[in-house]
Amino acid sequence: MKKIYLDNNATMPVKPEVLEALLPFYREQFGNPSSLHWAGRMVSGAVEKAREQVAALINCSPAEIVFLSCGSEGDNFAIKGTADALKDKGNHIITTSVEHPAVMETCEFLERNGYDVTYLKVDEDGMLNLADLEAAITDKTILISVMWANNETGNIYPIEEIGKIAKKHQVRFHTDAVQAAGKIPVDVQKANVDLAVISGHKLGAPKGVGAIYIRRGTRLTRLMHGGHQERNRRAGTHNVAGIVGMGVACELALQNLEENYTYVRKLRDKLESGIKELVPEIKLNGHPNPDLRLPNTLNISFAYIEGEALLLHFDLKGIAASSGSACTSGSLEPSHVMGAMCVEVILAHSSTRFSLGTDNTAEDIDFVLQELPPIVQRLREMSPLYNRDELTPLSCDECRIIRRI
Amino acid sequence: MYTDKVMDHFSNPRNVGEIENADGVGEVGNASCGDIMKIYLRVEDNVIQDVKFKTFGCGAAIATSSMVTEMAIGKTIDEALVLTNQTVAEALDGLPPAKMHCSNLAADALHEAIKNYKEHNA
Repeated sequence: MKKIYLDNNATMPVKPEVLEALLPFYREQFGNPSSLHWAGRMVSGAVEKAREQVAALINCSPAEIVFLSCGSEGDNFAIKGTADALKDKGNHIITTSVEHPAVMETCEFLERNGYDVTYLKVDEDGMLNLADLEAAITDKTILISVMWANNETGNIYPIEEIGKIAKKHQVRFHTDAVQAAGKIPVDVQKANVDLAVISGHKLGAPKGVGAIYIRRGTRLTRLMHGGHQERNRRAGTHNVAGIVGMGVACELALQNLEENYTYVRKLRDKLESGIKELVPEIKLNGHPNPDLRLPNTLNISFAYIEGEALLLHFDLKGIAASSGSACTSGSLEPSHVMGAMCVEVILAHSSTRFSLGTDNTAEDIDFVLQELPPIVQRLREMSPLYNRDELTPLSCDECRIIRRI
Repeated sequence: MYTDKVMDHFSNPRNVGEIENADGVGEVGNASCGDIMKIYLRVEDNVIQDVKFKTFGCGAAIATSSMVTEMAIGKTIDEALVLTNQTVAEALDGLPPAKMHCSNLAADALHEAIKNYKEHNA
């Protein structure tokens, strides 16, 4: 069976050049870069080279990069590390209602420990009102945390403008750039960001490696205590092979940024216009202007049907995508991002994310466009909500809008 | 994550549809959890002659709906009332633990339809 992978925002394959570059670091170059001897010396240079490659992708100094295990660790470090380091200055954090759980749940943890958190609302397109953001700043505000791009909708947030607001009010600014890095330009200096987090496996490096940019002079309480690695900022033996892979992946991403953007964007736009043409009663989740979304991401709800059932049918055809339905999240409620955007609950349950990669082809998209409409129709024919005579909902539960705030 | 039986009933669901002038109709579920099941019955001489279903929901919701229709056809009303969500799940060789509560409502829908039938024929 043909296998079509459209879940690149979840993870993507390790790029062949990356794999080739990192394998020696599991074999002959096995040393611990903190060791003094020949085995350690053999690899310490490789870690520093990777640091330069990562720094180049986001335009910072290599000394401002700290390697860690994943994006979630980076977000925890940035937020908890700031909350502790600046606790004498204030206890207020501003974030958004559409963040990744790594930010959201870290903020909720801090709320239970005496911090105040403002979760900025978004509009129906999932966008922020920057006047609300500025108005939320108080003399107790120690951190603004806004993702560079949203993992579910692909919405790109105005990070440069938020950076200006943060600078004007002298508030530290953290951004989860996990989905943005490698897909669109990420320039931490231009955007006046103090802390930015990226993840290796979202741009073609292996799982288990990430990096955080910490602007020079930013006081951050360490999360991981122990050894003196990473200039005392993050304990733990370096994941040398992963770090080397991440360096190469960042270098490739930077080299091919424009070319990849154009290629993937063309396929995504083909999928988007194809679905709009072939399937009635759908809703695009995210900003209608495709320039304001990541080039690879498309999130669509299909009225009257449920997302997991759709994904299972896709899977039977070899198509891998993801869903915001409660059934795939392990909770009883659909995606908090759909909730924050006031997507009607039935539509939220069918929100389906297609996230493309450079490995996809136009034939892949043709295949999806051929298979998708009959699957949707079949599930609709099976749904008690489709072609219902009475227009009023079953009960008020049915039109309940789940909002976080 | 799903058993072969669940996938079989999910991908080839039995008895999908509606029954015109059904003798009993039952609907359970809640859109906010993502599952709504509607069951239609045709009953003759206290025996369930035909069952059809319509379901909005995940793989488990569709498979349990399909399974309950197969289990109910040919049974008397009293026999059908003995069916539970648990026996439906067992007939599918089990469901993932997370699905036992939210998506395993098919027997409840059947019981609602029987209740509706009894009200009509009281």
